[in-house]
Amino acid sequence: MDGHDTASPPLNRTPLHALHLARGGKMVPFAGYDMPVQYPMGVLKEHLHTRASAGLFDVSHMGQIVLRPKSGKVEDAALALERLVPQDIVAVPQGRQRYAQFTNAAGGILDDLMVANFGDHLFLVVNAACKAEDEALLRKELSSDCVIEVLADRALLALQGPKAVAVLDKLSPGVAQMRFMDAGPRKVMGLDCFVSRSGYTGEDGFEISVPAADAEAFANALLADAAVAPIGLGARDSLRLEAGLCLYGHDIDTTTTPVEGDLVWSIQKSRRNGGSRAGGFPSATTILSQIDGGTARKRVGLRPDGRAPVRDGAALYADAEAREAIGSVTSGGFGPSLNGPIAMGYLPISHGAAGTRVFAEVRGQRLPMTVTTLPFVPHSYQR
Amino acid sequence: MPVLYTADHEWLRIDGDVATVGITDYAQSQLGDVVFVELPKLGRQLKKAEAAAVVESVKAASDVYAPITGEVVEVNDAVTGDPTLVNSDAADKAWLFKVKIADKSELDGMMDADAYEKHTA
Repeated sequence: MDGHDTASPPLNRTPLHALHLARGGKMVPFAGYDMPVQYPMGVLKEHLHTRASAGLFDVSHMGQIVLRPKSGKVEDAALALERLVPQDIVAVPQGRQRYAQFTNAAGGILDDLMVANFGDHLFLVVNAACKAEDEALLRKELSSDCVIEVLADRALLALQGPKAVAVLDKLSPGVAQMRFMDAGPRKVMGLDCFVSRSGYTGEDGFEISVPAADAEAFANALLADAAVAPIGLGARDSLRLEAGLCLYGHDIDTTTTPVEGDLVWSIQKSRRNGGSRAGGFPSATTILSQIDGGTARKRVGLRPDGRAPVRDGAALYADAEAREAIGSVTSGGFGPSLNGPIAMGYLPISHGAAGTRVFAEVRGQRLPMTVTTLPFVPHSYQR
Repeated sequence: MPVLYTADHEWLRIDGDVATVGITDYAQSQLGDVVFVELPKLGRQLKKAEAAAVVESVKAASDVYAPITGEVVEVNDAVTGDPTLVNSDAADKAWLFKVKIADKSELDGMMDADAYEKHTA
């Protein structure tokens, strides 16, 4: 996800726009869309409701893209996509998905995305703010091997929280058998959907791609369950921050490598030095040498001592008097489940170990913080 | 006691030469769930329009500007201890600080309740 777009062109609307208004959503511009930041329940209660029960999120602003191999063999689409990402896509079995990043020539990240193998094609979900550039990149680099199809006529909903599985299983019996990161076409309420067991909250849950024309009826069917409440972008952000998940444009961007972003776990051995398909993606030399030799800085979790939130952009210092900043906060705010402030940011490796004390400058004061392991709230994925 | 309102969505309850300052119910509804409040230090000399306090929701930090020049003579520790007071009772219990008014002419042009209601309509 990316930040606000304050430009003047008229805002796009998702297929659930009328539903948001009907449910009292407070609408804000976000990545070119008119989106609900919260509903009357409010960010705090929406956040806690998702952790305790189930929350429904409209993420239809995100891009849904199909890569169809011209050869008819999905492995050829996977090999082609591997030219743009450091992940092993070939090894993703049918019915599974994997987290990936598009890298650039400087080792930075153009976008992060999900890639699913649907048997005869790949299905990608990309960030709203990047989707036009992503589509252009895919067309430029992969058109020789793939037909690229943007699915503009589909909505994307996320149902997240411990009760999500029971709610969705009523509308799509058997969905409870799916494991974390399983993904594939599936009937839900008789509709042709794509369902993955994944999300952006750290909770168990699902993301469901549904035909745009049926999206409102589907959302209302989910919301008819007493366990489900609609959740806005405000709680989406606090949930993902507690889960230690990156927000593109803040925690990772074109100036951070996947290694600096502490995303090495997402780069499989087969694509690293010594692997069977090592390299072959933009700035592989830089990124692979960082995996082997380390980086000067990395993304870390931060917990302020006090109650004051430390927000995106706050400079970080080694001590209360230091003149030179050593890093900065990339996401920060209040974690409702922790009932306290939390943040993520970049620090030199020398200051990146859990337990290290650093200081953030907020309104002219140096506030002490402690480097902590991520996530802040343990993940509840059903592996 | 008369209550005055500013275009920045603060209220002032005037008692002699002391103004009690808070943010309006409209302002708290726009902010959403308040999780942190920072108040000026006792004895601080505030100048009208400078940042005097901070009210933070889950999403964002918002400055509260001094609506009037003067010395801070009291701050509401109850609201720093329980920031949710701002959401539940912005117009009364969640008062933020009291200022000894330096120049009463600064009150001129502030709105009364009816004018403020029209302002936020």
